[in-house]
Amino acid sequence: MNSHDITLTVNGRVTKISVEPRKLLVDVLREDLGLTGTHVGCEHGVCGTCTVLLDGRSIRSCICFAVQADGAEIRTVESLASGAQLHPLQDAFWEKQGLQCGYCTPGMLMRSVELIEENPKPTLQDVRDGIAGNLCRCTGYQYICEAVVAAADRMRDGDGHDSGENQRAASTEASTP
Amino acid sequence: MTATSRPAPPPVREHKDNLKWVGKSIRRIEDPKFLRGRGGYIGDLVVANMLHSAVLHSPHAHAVIKSIDTTRAVAAEGVHAVITGRDAAELTDPMPDFGPNPAAHTWRCLAVDKVRYVGEGVVVVVADNRYLAEDALALIDVEYEPLPPVVDPMQALEPGTPLVHDALGSNQAYERSFDFGDVDKDFAEADVIITDHLRWHRSGGQPLETVGAIGDYDVSNGQMVIHCNSLSFTSYLFMVAGTLRIPANKLDMRPVPAGGSFGSKLFATKCAIIAGMCSRVVGRPVSYLEDRYENIANCDHHGSDRIYDVELAVMRDGTIRSIKIDTVDDYGAYIQFGVGHHGNALAQVVGPYTIGSVRYRVRAVLTNKNQQGAYRGFGSEVNNWMLEQLVDKAARELDIDPVDIRRRNYIRRFPYFIPTGNVYDSGNYDAVLDKALALCGYEHWREVQAKARAEGRYLGIGLIAAQERSVFSATEFWFWFDEPTAPVTSMPESVTLNVDATGGITATLYSQAFWGNSPETMVAQLVAEEFDCDPHDVSIVYQGSRNGLPATGPGGSRTTVMLAGAIEGATAKIKAKATRAAAHLLEVDVEDLEWANGGIQVKGAPDARKTLGEIAVLLHLFKHSFPDDIESGLEESKVFDHPYTTMPSADRKDLGVFYPFMGHACHIPVVEVDIESGAVSFLDYTAVHDCGTLVNPRSLAGHILGGTTQGIGTALHEEFVYDDSGQLLSASYLDYLMPTSLEMPEMKIGHHETPSPYTPYGIKGGGEGGRMMAPAAINVAVNDALAPLGVRLTELPMTPERVLAAIRNARAT
Repeated sequence: MNSHDITLTVNGRVTKISVEPRKLLVDVLREDLGLTGTHVGCEHGVCGTCTVLLDGRSIRSCICFAVQADGAEIRTVESLASGAQLHPLQDAFWEKQGLQCGYCTPGMLMRSVELIEENPKPTLQDVRDGIAGNLCRCTGYQYICEAVVAAADRMRDGDGHDSGENQRAASTEASTP
Repeated sequence: MTATSRPAPPPVREHKDNLKWVGKSIRRIEDPKFLRGRGGYIGDLVVANMLHSAVLHSPHAHAVIKSIDTTRAVAAEGVHAVITGRDAAELTDPMPDFGPNPAAHTWRCLAVDKVRYVGEGVVVVVADNRYLAEDALALIDVEYEPLPPVVDPMQALEPGTPLVHDALGSNQAYERSFDFGDVDKDFAEADVIITDHLRWHRSGGQPLETVGAIGDYDVSNGQMVIHCNSLSFTSYLFMVAGTLRIPANKLDMRPVPAGGSFGSKLFATKCAIIAGMCSRVVGRPVSYLEDRYENIANCDHHGSDRIYDVELAVMRDGTIRSIKIDTVDDYGAYIQFGVGHHGNALAQVVGPYTIGSVRYRVRAVLTNKNQQGAYRGFGSEVNNWMLEQLVDKAARELDIDPVDIRRRNYIRRFPYFIPTGNVYDSGNYDAVLDKALALCGYEHWREVQAKARAEGRYLGIGLIAAQERSVFSATEFWFWFDEPTAPVTSMPESVTLNVDATGGITATLYSQAFWGNSPETMVAQLVAEEFDCDPHDVSIVYQGSRNGLPATGPGGSRTTVMLAGAIEGATAKIKAKATRAAAHLLEVDVEDLEWANGGIQVKGAPDARKTLGEIAVLLHLFKHSFPDDIESGLEESKVFDHPYTTMPSADRKDLGVFYPFMGHACHIPVVEVDIESGAVSFLDYTAVHDCGTLVNPRSLAGHILGGTTQGIGTALHEEFVYDDSGQLLSASYLDYLMPTSLEMPEMKIGHHETPSPYTPYGIKGGGEGGRMMAPAAINVAVNDALAPLGVRLTELPMTPERVLAAIRNARAT
């Protein structure tokens, strides 16, 4: 099958790649670029597991051909942490136990990044509304919503990145129900 | 077996107070890799030279395979092998099957000669990548001769109905009736008999990650490595090896983290067997990863699908004397676990109540559907729902308050043997109920309900109380048969603890322990408790089956209890050796030493001490400094066997102890039903659980929240719908509707802790969480809401269509 040359800017890194027109963006990210943090769930755009940001907007990478993303800037879960430092959303998900099996988490995080960029001070209800397109089969969403609100609070306060030391047990007791 | 002839329970343990780590909601040890997108799931693994496979599925519910022409597929680009069901039957033996009389309903990894449900695998293609494999599927020509489908389970039992399996000669795979206690006498003496007809349709775990495996066969030495996100039953790997026709000692199953399971990856063998078979054929590693359609239509793990006719014998004061249960369960085309789901229900069949006798009849029916497997609750959640519907109906008919009828019947003395012979180790149901009523603001909501009713709104409060059994011994799978009998199964779990030369501790686990639960967090907290270290400093390793110790893996809410026992045992051995070493170093007797604050010290002279690290470095490097009987190193293992299980009686009047650590919960949802649309919405939801001693309260609350979410799906939304022709109508997430954040209420979670007398720290299992209770509670709530209309829903899920139909029917009568 013939291939097309495309250029993707993924997590700030420019990549030129030749892909079949039928190849899905999620498969290019996972197989060609080695970014396996973006997962495949339902494979028809319903569950949100494969959510990435394309030019700042969340999309379902399982129903997007890679050629459609030619020239676009893409952000995936791998862009969030900075070395040992977790992104405030990642840290809040950890603290609040906003994940169990972790499979929906990358998509949920990327949708939450977009949500906070759109609304830096979301209420719990804003988050409930905002993540309704992303399924989680483990958590019942409650601790995810708490985590997103907590992360937004910290990001506004400028205390975004947790230090590596704070990620140790002694000072990182999770919230109690 | 009479009560007096029962084997004595194990000794009652004394539980320590002032625990440092057990009971603390630390951040989970598992999480950082998942948060970073580095989970290492099966789809993320790449083995050098790996090929990919795809399976062609039957479009028919029931059809003879007349012919398969693979010529064009074999010649297609990038294709390495095309294997039909007939080929597969030459390469493999039938699938591992715990069902009754497997030879009468032979189950294979791909269908041979006949397809028995929509989605059943027919041909597998191995190709360079998944795209090319799927291209080749489109080039395969299969000629089918359709047969009349068997869809309705009651119709399936009628004489003259087509047979799903000709060799069985019937569509009934199993039937048996048990009496526990004097049912006829209790019914004769009852004031009132409450009867009901109930229907629970099938749903399933539907983890967002499907089942997958990578098979890697080495023809030079006959070794097969399989990476897989299923197969926790390392104890039964020999059965997988048998299907693959390789010696069990040449099969190495390597556990891979699972992106959710909820039971549905419990013993999901098919992917592993197809991947292993393909690898053997092509001589290269082969990945087989289900797509979403396959995980819905061909996963072998649909949940229960039951019809109940039930009767409750009740006295006028609300005392429940006895229950008669007659159930038909639609198992689909095969029956891999037999009727273990009903054995599971018999562990807690009377709920939290002093019901004196039980009649249980089950008929397992085969139809043209995907077969049942495991789904969070394993059949017990269905029994909970059935029992609470009956108790609720009894309260209404006798005009007794729903709180009062439950209190009237609560079990209050423990250990308590229920009529089936299983034991409830401990509990305090009044305390759980009190806590739930307070947390809910029950009286307040009754006032709100009264006001709403006056305004023509339909609010309902669904108070229920139910059990969550934990830690099985597998008796439930075989007590159905008189022959062959077996001894009790011990379902072991093992841990190795290694203390390195710096005192750092590594725990090795021997089963596929992670599928969204928190085994690493549990192990780290328990090790930290034993060794006075920081749980985040404990290193955790998953060992494959090669060189593995006996292990069972998660399921039946067993992991934490069993791992705790193994850690306790391995810790005792390590401390014993360290103490002998310290006695030598400190020149005192072993009896004069004690463990304290991460080291060993002289009793009454805490300055004379050696830390674990000081002892470890000497044991690793300077063995010659020690007496002959102290070997180098500091590593110990413990195989922990089920701590309390007993044999069924020969006449099966008493099933013995097989699920003894009994959790309990009270759920109180408050719902509003829109009688115009049939929609049910939540105004409030309270859940109080008692799973014994808590290790990490927040993670247990997570199970309650997540399980309740799945229970809401079961109660209101989720159903694998087969139409009259056997077509699966809900084979995608467009039609199989799972709760989103908008369907979920903000829940109020409460914990109560009644320690088990028989487990380390008093822990009971809690992994199946809210799904044990939510379907019952929501059904009771909806019926409470619609009571003024004389409407009572008896079928789950209570979709808007079913709610509206029930309202219409009530108005018509």
